[in-house]
Amino acid sequence: MNTIADPTPSTAPSDSPPAPAAGRPAPRRTGFARDTAAVFVRESRPLVRDPFSVLFSLVQPLVFLGLFGPLLVGAAGGDVAGTLQWFVPGILVMVALFGTASTGANLLFEMQTGSHERTLVAPLSRNALLVGRALKEVVPLMVQGTIVVLVAVPFGFSVNVPGLLLGLVVLAVFGIGFGALSYTLALGCRNRDWMFWMVHQTLLFPLMILSGMLLPLEDGPEWMRVAAAVNPLSYLVGAERALLAGDFGAPAVLGGAIAAVVTCAIGLVVGVRAMRRAR
Amino acid sequence: MPREAESMTKHTQAGTGQMITARGLTKTFRSKGQTVEAVRAVDLSVAAGELVAFLGPNGAGKSTTLRMLTTLLPATSGEATVAGCDIRRDPAGVRRRIGYVGQGSSGGHTQRVRDELHAQGAFYGLGRRETRARAAELLDSLELGPFASRSVQSLSGGQKRRLDIALGLIHRPELLFLDEPSTGLDPHSRANLWEHIVELRRTTGTTIFLTTHYLDEADQLAERVMVMDHGRVIADDTAVALKESLAGDRITLGFAGRADASAAAARLGGEPDPADPARLVLTEADGARALPRHLRDLAEAGLEVVTATHRPPTLDDVFLALTGRSLREESARAGGDEAPEQAAA
Repeated sequence: MNTIADPTPSTAPSDSPPAPAAGRPAPRRTGFARDTAAVFVRESRPLVRDPFSVLFSLVQPLVFLGLFGPLLVGAAGGDVAGTLQWFVPGILVMVALFGTASTGANLLFEMQTGSHERTLVAPLSRNALLVGRALKEVVPLMVQGTIVVLVAVPFGFSVNVPGLLLGLVVLAVFGIGFGALSYTLALGCRNRDWMFWMVHQTLLFPLMILSGMLLPLEDGPEWMRVAAAVNPLSYLVGAERALLAGDFGAPAVLGGAIAAVVTCAIGLVVGVRAMRRAR
Repeated sequence: MPREAESMTKHTQAGTGQMITARGLTKTFRSKGQTVEAVRAVDLSVAAGELVAFLGPNGAGKSTTLRMLTTLLPATSGEATVAGCDIRRDPAGVRRRIGYVGQGSSGGHTQRVRDELHAQGAFYGLGRRETRARAAELLDSLELGPFASRSVQSLSGGQKRRLDIALGLIHRPELLFLDEPSTGLDPHSRANLWEHIVELRRTTGTTIFLTTHYLDEADQLAERVMVMDHGRVIADDTAVALKESLAGDRITLGFAGRADASAAAARLGGEPDPADPARLVLTEADGARALPRHLRDLAEAGLEVVTATHRPPTLDDVFLALTGRSLREESARAGGDEAPEQAAA
């Protein structure tokens, strides 16, 4: 290419001289907060347009509540209300787990079409691209958690309202972090859908069972209790049980809050790093 | 660099108003221990207001070059200034000023068309009212109004492509990159898309840099064509100048037999038609004038010409002259949806 010194055309277009670029607005600078809000609004819009999609990811937790709950009542030999008091908080954590774990699939799909590339060329902060998406998890989580509780109340579940609100906040913090991890996984898998779903399926059920949300782990073998001790979800389940019962002073509440904050921090840091490397 | 291309170096310095300048832009990928030089020391410059087509077969390095210029890929070496901003030092400045329409469909599938335009406005820092007005304007000018409340996934290919362009234009960029804008579209949608691109340039003076492997697209749409092959820019001029300097008009003379064709070749030069040895193919700068002259010459020599045709050169002839390969055939081999080769005269 060295022989072409200046490849400007030798002949100007004769038919249509381009109009001067007058009236073109100056490019605008945006900041992290504004970018995050813009991404959050875009991600949330399909939920607003089609609110029933929020119910879709509720199917599995409600199945567990409706089909596993009665078995639990029979096996434990306790009364329905007492069993629900123990079981429903776990279902709330399940909602947070399953709702946010697959959110990366949306990004995966947008990476394969071209929407993600479009956002990478836009003057958006890379951090905002991740944080805005992760924050979007909060809204459906609040709605879903509330629905699960409302479904359980007629069966004798008694709820402490301030405890529920605080419990939902803890879940939201966890959901942001876990959603961010799901996006990180999507960014790592790029066009390998199978890898995303394989990791997703491989991790989800052990995380669920080793949290004690379905059956108590106190009677399990030693290694399971050790595994639960390093599973942030088991702290979350403990905290939700205490909060929904109105026991704000329980040590489990602090443990769950710490687990949620740590998950959130790790998810956002790892996710932002992955997004910065995104192509 | 082929010798023929040197005739294209006599350009005047455009001075100010450069929208893109790149020097020695290079991209090497490492995969499985192998180094692939996707783009090799590309120099290019695009003046404000130009419509330039980047032509080449699949895998020539067009998209990689585009992705470096749009800050999607870091360059291995070389430098470039796009819309006044350095791609390395101020990638955010580049992003604020350019519009980019990639190869994929850029609207979120579950999003509604209008919502996606509104989101895009916010991404570029436009105010709420301004975004709404601009979205309405683009929906109208790109004939997307009736689909504004539909989801992106319900649109046809051509409609999706028009939405992609609308998304790329929301902030009225001074420079628009289009990567293979018409690939995968039916002929009607392609023609419609071209109309929109030409109209956009006529009304706003937006500089447009597009990649394509469609010869007719580069020929009809662009006022300047850069031909890329194996990671290098091998020609760069107006389509007309490229065809005149490199290809020339094709004259085909048919004879009663191979012997007459050989005798005619001895007088006039040219090559026998590979498809029919009784035909002789000549390349002339001005076929319309050369043809009667050849006919007179052959009549004086007592050689009877049975058929005589001439056709203007195509960009495929240019590519053939530069590389010895046909771009049309390359595209077909690569599974491209290029139109079948036109029957030679």
